[in-house]
Amino acid sequence: MAISIDDVEHVAKLARLELSGEEKETYRRQLSDVLEHARVISEVDTDGVEPTSHTLPLVNVFREDEVRPSLPVEEVTRNATWAEGGAFKVPRII
Amino acid sequence: MDIIYSSGLELARAIKDKEISSVEATSAYLDRIEAVEPRVSAFVNLCADDARGRARDIDRAIAAGDEAGPLSGVPIAIKDVLSTRGFATTCGSRMLEKFVPVYDATAVERVTAAGTVMLGKANMDEFAMGSSTENSYFGPTHNPWDLDRVPGGSSGGSAAAVSAGEAPWALGSDTGGSIRQPAALCGIVGMKPTYGLVSRYGLVAFASSLDQVGPMALDVSDCAALLGVISGHDKCDSTSIAQPAVNYLSRLTGEVKGLKVAIVKELSSEGIDPGVLEKIKATMDVLEGLGVACDEVSLPSFSYGLSAYYLIAPAEASSNLARFDGVRYGFRAAGEFADVWEMYDATRAQGFGPEVKRRIMLGTYALSAGYYDEYYAKAQKIRTLIVQDYARAFDTYDLLVSPTSPTTAFKLGEKMDDPLTMYLSDICTIPVNLAGIPALSLPCGLADGLPVGFQIMGPPLSEQKILDAALALERELQFDPRPAGLEAG
Repeated sequence: MAISIDDVEHVAKLARLELSGEEKETYRRQLSDVLEHARVISEVDTDGVEPTSHTLPLVNVFREDEVRPSLPVEEVTRNATWAEGGAFKVPRII
Repeated sequence: MDIIYSSGLELARAIKDKEISSVEATSAYLDRIEAVEPRVSAFVNLCADDARGRARDIDRAIAAGDEAGPLSGVPIAIKDVLSTRGFATTCGSRMLEKFVPVYDATAVERVTAAGTVMLGKANMDEFAMGSSTENSYFGPTHNPWDLDRVPGGSSGGSAAAVSAGEAPWALGSDTGGSIRQPAALCGIVGMKPTYGLVSRYGLVAFASSLDQVGPMALDVSDCAALLGVISGHDKCDSTSIAQPAVNYLSRLTGEVKGLKVAIVKELSSEGIDPGVLEKIKATMDVLEGLGVACDEVSLPSFSYGLSAYYLIAPAEASSNLARFDGVRYGFRAAGEFADVWEMYDATRAQGFGPEVKRRIMLGTYALSAGYYDEYYAKAQKIRTLIVQDYARAFDTYDLLVSPTSPTTAFKLGEKMDDPLTMYLSDICTIPVNLAGIPALSLPCGLADGLPVGFQIMGPPLSEQKILDAALALERELQFDPRPAGLEAG
């Protein structure tokens, strides 16, 4: 399963990762290798097999909708590189 | 008493009986860390002053006759993937180099409530992605048995710390073998519990349907004690099983007579180092000698486990790691950006290391339009077949066994340029995570001077049976977990 530089650029855009030219070529080669290896799964007959996303027989887990204290704003913003006045600062969005 | 290499339970007893104080125990480990850490590099950050302070408080409480936790005053190392309130939690990443959590992970809260004293945060592959601890932003950890070799990963710091006598025990996390494989490579005991037995609250997420927190220790009794402390329902984790904590230690008997055990053919033939296989077969013979009926079983779906895992885990990771955007916490790229998208792209490019980017790319690809059915959905169906193969085997056998790792510890740098070869290190441990079942790695001897791990797997919630089998073997094998080379070096 060989993937192209175009594929790499498309996936990097979806994943919001800026890649250098060298990185693109490395990932193109390495992802091709891993996907080639992964192709063995296409040989397996899985007709009528349900997918497993989770191994526990859990359905929705609910709790009472009660008001509880939340973290103070200073704690919430403490780990942000750019925060001011209890808000997170970001570059222009629109 | 010799504090270093005493078991955690021996230390707990000695502190409770006032034979030694917690300050003495804690200082002994901090001194040991100072002596060997320049060669081993098991820790990302140490909290020596906080540890001494807490040990003093515990000694005072014990002297005053106050109610003390069962593990009061005993030091512990915590893998740096578990949130520790007020103390940096880096996940081995530049992205979280300066991140200080505002709450404790539930597992951390529980070992603290039991009275343990945190010595520091143990090194790991970045975001728990790796099998050698070489993917840490803070540099690799070295295997105490041979400093030119890897300790395994991703919980390599936790394993090396216990092996080098820098901590009596540790917490790790296991998504595809990250507790068991480093435990095997460093000659200690490590256990991945049933999915949902231990709360994932405060565990930085890698692949949420696979991740579990678990104990790493010098012996099986310590492993049982620590597992008992961290197990049990937590309302903060909706996937935590609704049952109370279990006291595995008090029920530990080492009874195995009459059990039926089978070695998994697909995990013990092709690609397994002959020296490793020889030790595994010898350990099977020991089991047989203890009155266990031993057999071999073929579980054909396991041949596809590695491929399914390396689609499912990166897919979940690509989604989980989307939260690292440089806005609310973590690293943010410096500079002026025309818009928020440029800032995201640069932050993630600079904040993540090569393996994390590789897995995000792989996972994003497997989930992207046009490939979802071929890769991700197909891998989830393979996962079902693995669950079914295990269920069928456990109809006949009480436990299944295999090597934990196909090789002993490999050289630093040996597999770094070839991700696929590195991924093959997880071939024996991965099916367990895909099926959500418990498994333990027990040191069963040395091959060419390096430890070999014997993996014991059981059906969901069979931790007690696994621990009993491990204890029975441990008594027979008499493995010495102290690496000889470390003292000489």
